[in-house]
Amino acid sequence: MKEHSSIQDIDWPLLGIVGAISGIGVLEIYSSTHASAMAGMQWKQLMWIGIGLVGMALISRIDYHTLLDQAPALYMFGVVSLLVVLVIGYSRLGAKRWISIGGIANLQVSEIMKLIIIIVLARFLAEVHTDRLSLADLFKIGVLTLIPVVLILKQPDLGTAMVLVPVAVVGAFFAGIEWKHLLVGALLIGLLIPLAWNMRRHLKPYQQQRIETFLHPEQDQRGAGYQILQSEIAVGSGGFWGKGFGKGSQNQLGFVPVRYSDFILAALAEEQGFIGVCVVLLLYLGLILRLVDNAQKAKDRAGMFVVMGVTSILGFHVLVNASMVIGYMPVTGIPLPLMSYGGSATAFVFLALGLVMNVRMRRFVN
Amino acid sequence: MAPWNVNDQKLPQGRLALFSYVSAALVVVLLVGFWKLQVVQSEHYSDLAEKNGIRPIAIIAPRGAMLDREGRVLVDSYPSFSILLLRDNPKLLEKSLPQIEDGLGISKEDLQQQLDAAKLEPKFLPVVVKPAASEADIAFVESHRADLPVLDLMMVQRRRYPLGEMLANTIGYVGEVSPQELEKNPDRYRPGDIVGKAGLEKEYNDQIVGTDGMRRVVVNSVGKVIRTLDNVEAIPGKPIQLTIDEDLQRVAETDFASKQGALVAMDARTGEILAMVSRPTFDPNDFAIRIPAQEWAALNSDPNTPLLNRAIQAQLAPGSVFKVVMATAMLESKALPPTYTVYCPGYANFYGRTFHCDHAHGSVDLHKGIVASCDVYFYNVGKALGIDRISYYAGGLGLGKRTGVDLPSEEPGLIPSEEWVERVYHHKWYAGSTISVAIGQGAVMVTPIQLARMIVGVANGGTLIPPHLLKDAQGLKSGSFPISDDTVQQVTDGMWGVVNEPDGTTSGTVKLQNIDFSGKTGTAQTESFELQNKLGKHLKENGWFVGYAPRRNPEIVVAALVQGAGWGSSVAPIVRDVVKAYYDKKSGHLPQTSTAENIPPSGGVAPAAPASATQQP
Repeated sequence: MKEHSSIQDIDWPLLGIVGAISGIGVLEIYSSTHASAMAGMQWKQLMWIGIGLVGMALISRIDYHTLLDQAPALYMFGVVSLLVVLVIGYSRLGAKRWISIGGIANLQVSEIMKLIIIIVLARFLAEVHTDRLSLADLFKIGVLTLIPVVLILKQPDLGTAMVLVPVAVVGAFFAGIEWKHLLVGALLIGLLIPLAWNMRRHLKPYQQQRIETFLHPEQDQRGAGYQILQSEIAVGSGGFWGKGFGKGSQNQLGFVPVRYSDFILAALAEEQGFIGVCVVLLLYLGLILRLVDNAQKAKDRAGMFVVMGVTSILGFHVLVNASMVIGYMPVTGIPLPLMSYGGSATAFVFLALGLVMNVRMRRFVN
Repeated sequence: MAPWNVNDQKLPQGRLALFSYVSAALVVVLLVGFWKLQVVQSEHYSDLAEKNGIRPIAIIAPRGAMLDREGRVLVDSYPSFSILLLRDNPKLLEKSLPQIEDGLGISKEDLQQQLDAAKLEPKFLPVVVKPAASEADIAFVESHRADLPVLDLMMVQRRRYPLGEMLANTIGYVGEVSPQELEKNPDRYRPGDIVGKAGLEKEYNDQIVGTDGMRRVVVNSVGKVIRTLDNVEAIPGKPIQLTIDEDLQRVAETDFASKQGALVAMDARTGEILAMVSRPTFDPNDFAIRIPAQEWAALNSDPNTPLLNRAIQAQLAPGSVFKVVMATAMLESKALPPTYTVYCPGYANFYGRTFHCDHAHGSVDLHKGIVASCDVYFYNVGKALGIDRISYYAGGLGLGKRTGVDLPSEEPGLIPSEEWVERVYHHKWYAGSTISVAIGQGAVMVTPIQLARMIVGVANGGTLIPPHLLKDAQGLKSGSFPISDDTVQQVTDGMWGVVNEPDGTTSGTVKLQNIDFSGKTGTAQTESFELQNKLGKHLKENGWFVGYAPRRNPEIVVAALVQGAGWGSSVAPIVRDVVKAYYDKKSGHLPQTSTAENIPPSGGVAPAAPASATQQP
């Protein structure tokens, strides 16, 4: 039994892609903020990337089977943490998402919950020793997922809550959900959307407005539709070749909303043009395909579920964020992984990739 | 090992491959989305991007100043700041309102009202919440740039009227261009432009208005100016010099105090208006900022019509001042001999009606008729002349017609004639009406400025001077209505008597030493004798005095009207003061009200009165 994985076991192509995306992100953060009061943000982001790499190395050391053994405890820990946040959480921007740790760093508990749900669902799905998921199993998957989803919705953080759902859906898909169940599920969702639409008055006013704005951005150009319109202007005015590094007027003059974080792709699209967007989106596609490749080479189904859990979350982030930037989806506050500025979000991505490395390193271990 | 970890199943390779294909497909969909924006609609968005960041800012050109004849400032402009409220971010706006109310001292209702009023305007047009910001207001906006980005400052040019209410009706006022004016001159005006609305501000708007400049700046998302792209400076409006003499204006205004009426002082040789008063009046400074709706309504509905320039717009019966026209007509038409004499028992009967005189004058000739203002004498003159001859001479001397003074909205007044009565009332002229017209009552209506010009015309042999306010006015034309020297001599001697002879209607109270001051009083009833008899008292009467000097070929004329003054003789002192101030200035004695800048070069001013003032008949 090989106790320590060698340096060859590290997925260098994956790391290369991650490094490229992170590097582009840091440069764009610099470009977006260097002329403003937030100058110097890129160094902080680099620090988070460094911390993330260390975390990734650490998490890849612990056998993922060991982690999966602890799934029930982790799940309890996650749910209790979310409850604690709701009760004593530190409120910022009108939402309780952060817990202050020793007064140093504010940790977004829901980011940890993303990791936990990957592990928990991988464990649960690995326990289903069949290629066909029963309805009872589907129900259990639903309950396991919906508990944290509801708690995060309560914070309220619609974006992060939504992100947990694809882990369950993709997991169920690979655990062998029957096509007819998948079809029924899709139909149910199709029916639920109009129902949810009628329930929208139970949403927070800002959430209502976001949906309203998404559906009719032209009606409120300078109000809530402002963000989407400004993002589209930045993207569209970038043209094919872009305006050049640090030369995007919409970006530099601050018309692009949160241009260093949620809308960093709009800032990049303005300065680097369609070409730059192609490079970035193809890098993300490369990342996804490389992750799927890792899943395909996993030693067992548990490993595959872990890797595909990570893949589904990252893919969902990219899809929703890029769609938002071009006005295909409402503003939900979902960052672009590895590029958007943010400590917890960046750390999560690296820890999640650590799980992937973990699975990869143990593919030949018996 | 736990049972969950039994490695007994194959991986779902098919579904994993499917996942990859779907991922690739979704990336293609996203790229198509970016392609649409960045390639297909790139031009449209580039356009929007440019509009986003580049904002044109008008640089308002100051209106030209108005100076008096000696270069003293009567009206000027000064830069000031307006506080703007940006409305393009409603949520931010809503949140900022309480702080703005406190900081700028605007009431909540007021602010809401202004926002409601602008509801239908495009959201990117800001609202002016404070048109004239104080230093404290400006400091408040500057210090809250970061947390109150909805506030902004705009430099504007404001009109300043240092004289306040003095000369106000003549100068007029400014205001925002009206929708009608905008429609008429879409190339010249933009909404919000300040234009002259009345008086000289309106008349000479085109001369004094400047050309606004334009600055294009790059602004960031909170409207902060980052840098200037280009700059076209504003061209300030040219100043205009008026014929007004501030010193004389002050003397006249001070004399009027709270009286109601009007005064016109003119250079009798050129028609240059030296002073022009209209009371009650208003303060044009109130219009320079933004006149509150209630104040505007109050000014408009005030029964005393403070916005009316009485000097050119009050159309009133001239009373006995009209006797100057009658005397001239009598002599010129030769309808009666110059020696024509009447016995005045205090009344006379014509056409079965009794017409009164203020008292029994006994035997009255033309000279006494003018000096003592005997109505009975002129009733007889009127009867002999007939309405059409009276109308011919009155019209010839410029009554019942606009003088053409360079002010908007001058009124013509009215001189009745047979033709007029047939046209308007569709009946023949009643001969009895001529008797009232003979003493400047009945349908006769004139303006103060017409009377001033008429008197000068009689005293100079028939030259009708062109009244004007612009110092270097071009293309002025005098009217001509020749009057024989004999007539001029007789009528002007009569007017000299009014002031200087013991039985003159001014009772010698307004005599001026060394000045050949002459004039004619008038008292115009505002209702009929019958009504007065019924009420048993005199109601308000309008007092007139038109004075000039010297007796012939005058150099100054002053017409004054005091409404509700009673007898015309009480108006004469005002005219005397202005005429005296004119001669005092001429001889180097400055009026009390003059200011320091106003001292002429020392030396060379003769203490003696000029020759013209010492002439005695």
